[in-house]
Amino acid sequence: MKKPRTMKLSLPDEELVGSGNLACQGCGATLAMRYVLKALGQRTVLCIPACCWSVIDGPFPHSCLDVPVYHCAFETAASTASGVKAGLEMVGDTETTVVAWAGDGGTFDIGIQALSGAAERNDDIIYVCYDNEAYMNTGIQRSSATPFGAWTTTTPVKHFKNRPKKDIDAIMAAHRIPYIATASIAYAEDVYKKAKKAKDIQGTRFLHIYAPCPTGWKSRPEDSIRLARMVVQNSIFPLYEIENGEKYTLSIKVKDKKPIHDYLKLQGRFRHLTEDQIKFMQEEVDKNWARLLRKVESSD
Amino acid sequence: MKKVIMGNHALSYGAMLARSQVIAAYPITPQTQVVELLSEMCADKTLDAKFIKVESEHSAMAACIGASVAGARTFTATSSQGLALMHEMLHWASGGRLPVVMGDINRSMGPGWSIWTDQNDSLSQRDTGWMQYYCASNQEVLDTVIQAFKVSERLAIPSMVILDAFALSHTYEVVDIPDQAKVDEYLPPFRPQVRLTPDDPHAFGGLTSPEHYFELRYKLQKDMEKAPGLIEETGREFETMFGRYLGLVDDYLCDDADIILVTSGTAGYTARVAVDDMRKSGIKAGNLRIKVFRPFPFEHVRRIVKNAKKVAVVDRNISYGHHGMFFQEVKSALYGHDDSLPVFGFIAGLGGRDITPSTFREIADIALSKDRPEEEIIWIGVKR
Ligand SMILES: Cc1ncc(C[n+]2csc(CCOP(=O)(O)OP(=O)(O)O)c2C)c(N)n1
Ligand SMILES: [Mg+2]
Repeated sequence: MKKPRTMKLSLPDEELVGSGNLACQGCGATLAMRYVLKALGQRTVLCIPACCWSVIDGPFPHSCLDVPVYHCAFETAASTASGVKAGLEMVGDTETTVVAWAGDGGTFDIGIQALSGAAERNDDIIYVCYDNEAYMNTGIQRSSATPFGAWTTTTPVKHFKNRPKKDIDAIMAAHRIPYIATASIAYAEDVYKKAKKAKDIQGTRFLHIYAPCPTGWKSRPEDSIRLARMVVQNSIFPLYEIENGEKYTLSIKVKDKKPIHDYLKLQGRFRHLTEDQIKFMQEEVDKNWARLLRKVESSD
Repeated sequence: MKKVIMGNHALSYGAMLARSQVIAAYPITPQTQVVELLSEMCADKTLDAKFIKVESEHSAMAACIGASVAGARTFTATSSQGLALMHEMLHWASGGRLPVVMGDINRSMGPGWSIWTDQNDSLSQRDTGWMQYYCASNQEVLDTVIQAFKVSERLAIPSMVILDAFALSHTYEVVDIPDQAKVDEYLPPFRPQVRLTPDDPHAFGGLTSPEHYFELRYKLQKDMEKAPGLIEETGREFETMFGRYLGLVDDYLCDDADIILVTSGTAGYTARVAVDDMRKSGIKAGNLRIKVFRPFPFEHVRRIVKNAKKVAVVDRNISYGHHGMFFQEVKSALYGHDDSLPVFGFIAGLGGRDITPSTFREIADIALSKDRPEEEIIWIGVKR
């Protein structure tokens, strides 16, 4: 008899995120953790500030993660992680990967000072920001990662967010840290590959992972992966790496760039937008994309 | 070995002799020399520690917390605005049961900007679950840092070692710097029961329901209640090894005193000059210097003031809308024990205004001239 074929797994089958967690249906942040931990493995410690993940992990005395977790204050993901790294080294553990795992609010807003400090010192930590584009834990308030046009509970339809999303990756690049990568949970292998690459680099590494939130975006849970793919294909959230703050490389070369229209239509948070407003947003996306391509070209 | 050093360097030497492993700090006048000397010690390997040069005090305490939970002995120092900025993290350290030791140089809170001493910075943090030691000499600063690590690590509660801006921080005194080997014998390496390690993964500090939170705080208080006994025990042990006792309070001529001046920090030693003068002129005065403010030494205070006719508490701090904070605490210690003893509350020396022997003489005269306090608080030396 012919030997049955085996399925080729594109990711390791080890799971460090347990199923008994408190995530909403269709939570992108949970998948981000799952893929990153597959790459980093069990010799990892996580510093998690206030964010959805401080809830998803489970209440005391439970934890859905098979790695140790330190729940830290909202603005201290980076500074706590720097301390943990120094502490572990002083007690003889130089192997463990220390990760700060924060949301966009904890990264773009309240935690940016501590993050900038750690990056400037090039502390040996991986900082992961899972980006669901608002303060979801506290009930969908705007953050500086919220995109132009979006409704949140603090940017009601009549006063929707009228400023662009902060370019955190450019800010991090300005720190000349060894490794920065954007990723999206629709591209699991890419998330995995980037986390793996980050693991083997010394110094401050920054992963920015796009993580849809059906609850906050008023989208369908089953659309999370679709949205996370569309956002790359319409180049609202391009996937790329920045090495040493200057070498830009595209991870996915989008060939026929899709309009943003369909992506917006799948999310209640953009439902109020007029065609004119969408046109304006499209122009901004195109400009950002062109700007990124120029950076990529000038790195070659 | 004896050396003439400033109070700030007494903190640095204490942290060095305690073999601090991770230091994270941010400069602020009048604390700067503490961290300057420590960074030199780390650079030339006199001290085998990592110094994280953070971008703020908030991050300093967060990094200390991270290092401590990873199992490293951790030290920092700050003052005033820096301590206030740390406030959230002070709760995180004590609630997380992490034995971080911190030096605080008492400096007044702005505005207006002031770099001079008063205690409102540290006393604003009194309910954060940290032990607080108020020191009166550079020797006491150095010794207390070493003792504080021992007590903190046994109880899993952080400690603040406090000294007055300039009156101690920048004042040079002769300090006996103990032998490293003897300090090592006194203070064993830090070995926490649990720590953050992949070898034994746990989640620390996750969402804690009303079902559990209450008990965690009960335990913190119960351990805090063990601190007075432990401070005395480790203080006696220190005395056996180094010849200097480190207790909760320090009383001077209180046994037969009619009037006891209650003080903290360097004002204590100034008070003693006034006490000696008063004794010469026939007034039986004494001085009770409260060294440990948290946990509060209830028993000692009660015992020491028991035979006095008057107690005058001198506060270099104020709880606006209430009283000086040592005054509040002394009264609360006496409540239900000796309600007839008149206790006077004085506010003096805010913002670094000098407190001199004549300040104490004035205070004693007021207390002696009245049967009971006529005002809630009595301001000394204020220009009205
Ligand atoms: C100092 C402080 N301010 C505010 C909060 C309340 N808070 C907790 S989580 C959160 C929002 C987190 O947003 P983000 O970092 O984007 O993570 P998400 O909840 O979206 O996963 C806020 C405002 C807090 N815990 N600490
Ligand atoms: Mg968010």
